[in-house]
Amino acid sequence: MGKRNDVYTENRNSLRKRIKEDFVRNRSLYLLVLPVVAFYLIFNYGPLYGALIAFKDYKPQLGMWGSKWVGFKHFEAFFTNPSFFKLLKNTLRISLTTLVFGFPAPIILALLLNELKSQKFAKIAQNITYMPHFVSLVVICGMLKAFCAKNGIINYVLAIFGHEPANLLVMPEYFTTIYVASGIWQEIGWGSIIYLAALTSVDAQLYDSAVIDGAGKWRQLISITIPAIVPTIITMLILRIGSIISVGYEKLLLLYNDATLGVADVINTYTYRKGLIDLDWSFSAAVGLFNSAVNLIFLVSANTISKKLSDTALW
Amino acid sequence: MAVRKKSKIKASMGERIFGVFDNLLIFFIMIIMAYPIWHILMASFSDSSELIKNTGVLLLPRGFSTKAYQLMAKNPNILTGYMNTLFIVLTSVTLNIIFTSVGAYFLSRKRVMWQKPIMVLIIFSMYFSGGLIPSYLLIAKTLHLNNSYWAIILPSLVSTYNLVVMRTSFASIPDSLEEAARIDGAGHITILVKIILPLSMPIISVMILYYGVAHWNAWFPASIYLKDRSKYPLQLILREILIANNTSSMANAGAADIGDALSVSESVKYAVIVTATFPILCVYPFLQKYFVKGVMIGAVKG
Repeated sequence: MGKRNDVYTENRNSLRKRIKEDFVRNRSLYLLVLPVVAFYLIFNYGPLYGALIAFKDYKPQLGMWGSKWVGFKHFEAFFTNPSFFKLLKNTLRISLTTLVFGFPAPIILALLLNELKSQKFAKIAQNITYMPHFVSLVVICGMLKAFCAKNGIINYVLAIFGHEPANLLVMPEYFTTIYVASGIWQEIGWGSIIYLAALTSVDAQLYDSAVIDGAGKWRQLISITIPAIVPTIITMLILRIGSIISVGYEKLLLLYNDATLGVADVINTYTYRKGLIDLDWSFSAAVGLFNSAVNLIFLVSANTISKKLSDTALW
Repeated sequence: MAVRKKSKIKASMGERIFGVFDNLLIFFIMIIMAYPIWHILMASFSDSSELIKNTGVLLLPRGFSTKAYQLMAKNPNILTGYMNTLFIVLTSVTLNIIFTSVGAYFLSRKRVMWQKPIMVLIIFSMYFSGGLIPSYLLIAKTLHLNNSYWAIILPSLVSTYNLVVMRTSFASIPDSLEEAARIDGAGHITILVKIILPLSMPIISVMILYYGVAHWNAWFPASIYLKDRSKYPLQLILREILIANNTSSMANAGAADIGDALSVSESVKYAVIVTATFPILCVYPFLQKYFVKGVMIGAVKG
């Protein structure tokens, strides 16, 4: 017994010694990084602590600790709210449509760019497709407003196929399509960079020997090209699933209107309206916290599944 | 970025057909990507009354006119917006670069005991956040930053993604350089400023672009924290003109009479878009070769 205690004290001493040594050696380094750590504590962990108001009836004049604890009252109120299912449905519809069409789009573009014979043409094509990524959301939505107007260019094209011209942005049935398509337009080029980077690392000799073995284009794609980018695809997919119920609210706030609110209102925009317009602090904090929690659950699950199946994981 | 090296083996018939198809498809995609931007540019140089009549494709300006730009230049809102945005972007980016490089320097050092816990602290914040409302309450109520530019600048001081990219870049600089400087008695700040930063100019350019574009394009934080119209950044003024369709702020500004303002407003919208987007698309070709590198460093898991 006595011996074990000695070992314990010794370990503790050596840990203490190591901490001390480390501090002496790196003191100025810790001092230097202090403002950065302070930034993270205040602006990232501060709100995390502040999210406790989701379990209280927060009143600004009473302050965080003066306000009464109410447990899960606000969460229950949200789940039993008649708009809960509408919000969840809208969120999942917009998010899954973005995932199904928006996720493969940059991969396909990267594959097409990768097959181009002329490097010069590929470079020009890349530069043009990256450009929309740098255009602000306000401008994108302003452009959409002009293009979707009754006399706009999109109606002009649709008229060729026999559609009656109409203001497309006030029609609920087109909202998801407009939102997702404009998102793809903006991010397809930028999103393809990461896959192109993975594709350039493929050894060209692999293709040559595949051709000698009689493999056609399709076979090469399945056996060489796709396997080369699978880890990148999985990593991007995990990240994407980790934000499955976080639909970009900034764009929705700019794009929706009274006519399309029924299909365009998602959990994030609801949080914004309940909190910053109706000033219902605790309730909206609860909705936001629910959103963060669901995202974290999805992220961890996707990561765990991927780790088991493919060895590719974020951590 | 290099596209795959050409194979030495002669292409088969099927492959050649695929090649033609691929080129055509990419060409088509290029047109779809570029046309909206071209349309805006041409519309901004058009005459408003002509423009309203136009429905189809706009390959050249309709009734060439620079009136929209002249009217816009006389609008005080846009000018103040521009100045406010410039102020926010310059202040923010300066602080962003200082904070991110200090953080990246710390995270890329060797034999630092608390590095791992701090890294976990930073990465976790990327995956789980308190949400919009607690952040708003912290900034507006606890820190009393309402109606101040600090409410916009401080919360976005460090982007974790950029920090990880920069750390990966710093970590690739050979230790021997640091050790040599250390023997000469250099402290951490000297090493960072005199050795690491000069060797990292490509990644610094990427960071300036990433942060700069993000601040230039941001409108949401400004819309919830700023109350004085005189403090509005360009994007908020843009939102009023483009989204809320508030051309009255244009009408009482530059135009001689209301009728004139209304007929011009259509092309003014486009002129405003061009002026707001132009600066970014201008620096873009120069930084283009760097930012691709930035994405690729970021792709290497940190």
